[in-house]
Amino acid sequence: MTTDKKDFEPKIIGFLCNWCTYTGADLAGTSRLQYPPSILPIRVMCSSRVDPLYLLTALLRGADAVLVGGCHPGDCHYQKGNYYTRRRFAMMKKILDTFGLESERIRLSWISASEGPRFAEVVTEYTNKIKELGPNNISHEIFL
Amino acid sequence: MKKFLTIKGDADTAIQGLLRSLLEKGEVGAVFGLGKSGDAISYLVISDPAKIDSLCPTLPFMPANAANHLSKITAGGNLAEKIAVVIKPCELRGFAELVKRESGSPKNLLFISPVCGGVLDFDTFYKGDRDKELSAYWNDVYSNEIPSNIRPTCSICEYFEPFNADITFQPTTEGCELYSNTPAGVGMLESYGEKLSEGKLDNSRIEKLSSARLSNREKFFDGLKLEEMEIKGLVEAFGKCLGCHGCSSVCPICYCALCAFEAKENEFKPEIFEKELAKRGGVRVPPNTVFFHLGRIAHMAVSCVGCGMCSDACPVDIPVASIFTRAGDAVQKVFDYIPGEKFDEPVPLSTFIEDELTEVEDS
Repeated sequence: MTTDKKDFEPKIIGFLCNWCTYTGADLAGTSRLQYPPSILPIRVMCSSRVDPLYLLTALLRGADAVLVGGCHPGDCHYQKGNYYTRRRFAMMKKILDTFGLESERIRLSWISASEGPRFAEVVTEYTNKIKELGPNNISHEIFL
Repeated sequence: MKKFLTIKGDADTAIQGLLRSLLEKGEVGAVFGLGKSGDAISYLVISDPAKIDSLCPTLPFMPANAANHLSKITAGGNLAEKIAVVIKPCELRGFAELVKRESGSPKNLLFISPVCGGVLDFDTFYKGDRDKELSAYWNDVYSNEIPSNIRPTCSICEYFEPFNADITFQPTTEGCELYSNTPAGVGMLESYGEKLSEGKLDNSRIEKLSSARLSNREKFFDGLKLEEMEIKGLVEAFGKCLGCHGCSSVCPICYCALCAFEAKENEFKPEIFEKELAKRGGVRVPPNTVFFHLGRIAHMAVSCVGCGMCSDACPVDIPVASIFTRAGDAVQKVFDYIPGEKFDEPVPLSTFIEDELTEVEDS
């Protein structure tokens, strides 16, 4: 089991806001920063574009985790989108907790366009956490 | 102190009397309420005072959440004439939630709502000995007990005294007590033609029932053990779902004209189907059942009024309402929100406070 966990490379779906986190990820790349290849970035125009159904779809289809990345509060390109994101995200955490589903498998992080190192750090840290948690057992469930 | 009126006789006749006088004196153009024709029960809108006796406004039954119907009548614009609406507290709360979603307007609606004892579930009402069940129900209500034959979500409902009603009424063994909460309510009571008294609703009775229901609620929620469900439990609970989406069509909160779960983009296309099959070695057909129910919770839990329609509509007896009410309770507590308490308060997900919920960031 321990070898399993060690060998396991998590699949993390990243919904990254165009203006901050996605640009931060670009900066991490152009700065040649090292981080695990576990994240699959999906660019969205604002973190508030992330419908709660996207998180559910990702988790139910077997993603090991979902990272939602947006601008820091107060810095949203659209003034207040990320505040709505945070409310919706709090709701999703609560719903997952209510049903005993692992709410650690969703994460919300604010990473600005200038925070390339922060992006690499968040992905590394989160990948390690998901490695500890192990694969998402929903991916084996056939009766969904 | 509120103005109040006691009308003697049985409660249905008392409310009918008030409604008839409202129509006859031109106070309202029509009345809306539960009506019957033989075995059939449905909502009716009536403008002819001679037809008022088709109404059974105090019948403890909910064939549909009236919020949906009021929404359909008022969503296109304001009514020109006043309508007196006899409606249960959770239906009124559901309507307030729809109004917040621009799917209805309370303008020109006058609400008359009971201190609600709960409603009989469909099976009891349609398949049981109706007269016996109703008399057992009223016996329990009059002795301040929680009736045993009501919907499970009714027996744990804490908001059985209406919000936003112009008149609150309470059936008693002798007749019906009606209390005005607004100037419009006073006007309606005055039109009845009897002298109004000053007084207020017997709170000791309500408090006693409220604490009984609250302790029920805790026990009921604990007994559901949702936290232990995990994906296995969800599959077990929703695995027998037919996919009829009846729960969503009767839900007063599910208001989208084009439902996300009916959309092509949430169907399994061949390539997704094959991918899922390759990944899991098996796929339920139709797929996406757990997705539908969890997704619906994500969409409406924040405003769930716990009316219990979904459970009664479910043809395979999934305890939808119990599960959704419990999830709704959890989500509503995050935002300190009582759905339907006010007409002019934003839905939690359409507003925010700048400095809040920091505990969900980076965790």
